Amino acid sequence: MHPRTLLAGLVLAAVLTGCRGSDPGLVRIVSSLPRTGSARQQSDTVVRGIRMAIEEAGGRAGPFRIDYLDLDDSTAATGLWTSEAEAANARAALQDPDVVAYIGTLNSGSARVSMPILNYGDLLMVSPATTAVGLTKPDLGEFGEPEVYRPTGRRNFIRVIPADDLQGPLAADWAAGRGFERVFVLDDGDAYGKGIADLFAERCRELGLTVLGQDSIDPKAQEFRSLMATVAAAGPDLVYFGGTTQSKGGQVAKDLAATGIESPLLVPDGCLEPAFIEAAGREAVEGRCYVTFGGIAPERLTGRGRAFVERYEKLHGEPPEAFAVYGYEAARVAIHAITAAGVKDRRAITDAALAIRDFDGPLGRWSVDANGDTTLAALTVLAVRDGRFAFEEQLEAGGVDPGKAKTVVENGGEG
Amino acid sequence: MSLALPLAETVMSLEFIAQQVVIGLASGSLIALVALGYTMVYGVVGLVNFAHGDLFMLGGCLAVTLVEAAGPPQAGAPAAVGILLLVVLCGLFCGGLNLAVDRLVYRPLRESPKLAPLVSSIGVSFIFMNLGLFWIGPSDRSFPSLVPADNLLPFESLRFSSRDLLVVAVVVPLMAGLAVLVRSTRSGKAMRAVAQDPTAAALVGVNVEKVIGATFFLGGFLAGAASVVYAATITTIGFQMGFQTGLYAFTAAVLGGIGSIPGAVVGGLVIGLVRALGGACLGERWAGGIVFAVLIAVLVFRPEGLFGRRQREKV
Repeated sequence: MHPRTLLAGLVLAAVLTGCRGSDPGLVRIVSSLPRTGSARQQSDTVVRGIRMAIEEAGGRAGPFRIDYLDLDDSTAATGLWTSEAEAANARAALQDPDVVAYIGTLNSGSARVSMPILNYGDLLMVSPATTAVGLTKPDLGEFGEPEVYRPTGRRNFIRVIPADDLQGPLAADWAAGRGFERVFVLDDGDAYGKGIADLFAERCRELGLTVLGQDSIDPKAQEFRSLMATVAAAGPDLVYFGGTTQSKGGQVAKDLAATGIESPLLVPDGCLEPAFIEAAGREAVEGRCYVTFGGIAPERLTGRGRAFVERYEKLHGEPPEAFAVYGYEAARVAIHAITAAGVKDRRAITDAALAIRDFDGPLGRWSVDANGDTTLAALTVLAVRDGRFAFEEQLEAGGVDPGKAKTVVENGGEG
Repeated sequence: MSLALPLAETVMSLEFIAQQVVIGLASGSLIALVALGYTMVYGVVGLVNFAHGDLFMLGGCLAVTLVEAAGPPQAGAPAAVGILLLVVLCGLFCGGLNLAVDRLVYRPLRESPKLAPLVSSIGVSFIFMNLGLFWIGPSDRSFPSLVPADNLLPFESLRFSSRDLLVVAVVVPLMAGLAVLVRSTRSGKAMRAVAQDPTAAALVGVNVEKVIGATFFLGGFLAGAASVVYAATITTIGFQMGFQTGLYAFTAAVLGGIGSIPGAVVGGLVIGLVRALGGACLGERWAGGIVFAVLIAVLVFRPEGLFGRRQREKV
């Protein structure tokens, strides 16, 4: 190669890389959530929460200006998050030297893809919504979890929402407290759905409830009438479905109603989205479907949380959905960690986040535990009323006596 | 499975089995209607039309669009009239579309090696699926419950709903009509002639291309009708629903002996029954697996399928 060509090439390369050079006064926070398909409504409110947190901080974290980038981990063709999109987001975040925090994901399956990638760069990952136990907790998930998500051996993942080891068992406590005795447990066979259904069934047995049967559906099947006939023959007074809207939660509710089963349906937070009611058809779930949520419902928040809900309503003209405040809190954690670290260094920022203790947020006062989980332990039960999710009851973990099921601390009115 | 088995034993009453048979026959009849489209087309042109399942899905898209455009059902107009109208409209739409695809895609490839139209049909399947995605969007759509799911029988534990009645009321006349058409009319005779030997049929003056077109139209019409019944009974429409229904229908056609009309009907019913009863005995998660286990078992002992060859009434 001619020396001049080589020189020109080098200059060009320098210019090109220089364009992507980092700005020392700027930090970038990215979020990776499904921005198309049926989960979009949920993501929209999470993103609004993130934007509100950044705006409240004056767009600054310590000495740095904050730039926010809203990434999509779903594709229009599938209407669902995909491994490819999530992995691409994680790699893009790692390669951008300005990115110091990654807020995401909405789905546990998606988090499984990006967690090990981000771990290599010690990039702080804060999840507002993933609840599968295996992501953080040793001995509760699949074989090799959660070490498989930490290839470097160091930690970088925090979630601000309680995991399913709270949601599943507390849902059983609620069922026992409501006087249900015979439950039929269904799940979608996925890590999240089957995981939470197993925890629910186990706790039901501990509490002395009869688990009539447990079966996994094929989420690609179109209808479950034959299965519902089996459920009807067993004669349950409560049916549990561990799964999401995207794994046919709506069709399960629909077929349950069409088979003439009168018993209510209990579902976890994977179905806590308007798309679930839409898919099931209002008449199939109205007044007979309960949804658990490992957190606090917007209408039950106090103090800082109340202020958030009011500001959200003023800004967007509608009450926030359940996950909005978790998006807000996830962004606050990231901003706090950047401020506390005071330097633009991914490891220092991640360590500052892991060291969070007695954090005063909209959800109450909480700390990050040794696994990266929140110490909060509240469970909310919502019911479908007038075509939307209405507050039903709030339960607290701790001091739960397996013999008795008197864990109900508050009995809510209309939401 | 460990949990499902003891449960199955305790509830295996006669009524429970009867219930599963009802459900199996209802879902099997729909599979059979779609399977007829596969088997008829295979009978006359020797093509496995992989786009057929997605054609069924497009029929469902049209049904949901029409019903939503019509607004909530009026008290004056009975649901039966609406359903009948939908069956005709969606049937004509799917029949016409199937005919158009044959003219545009398969007909130019008539003299090509068998693989060319086969691969083209997979391409058409993808085009249809994307059309469905554009049409109704990525998430599942709820079809208004035009037909109630009430129990028509006086029993507590055995249900036969208006929806099951609808399946019978649409599927039985359609199949009977098809049987009469194929057996007793001139065009039916022409179809059977083309199925046996297209060259000989052409020599005695049968317009082979016209017969092939009619077959595509009829198969499409049945898929369109099936999609309306499906929408009214399952009440969920999604752009990916054609895949599984198509797979089961194709399996039914192969099980019954591809090319045979009674074979497709029996194959569809067998698959519906095996799915319902197998799922009830061994657990829902095994339902799909059992169907294909039965298919393999049948093909090992009767490679020509249940009705293949021995009863050579190919279309």
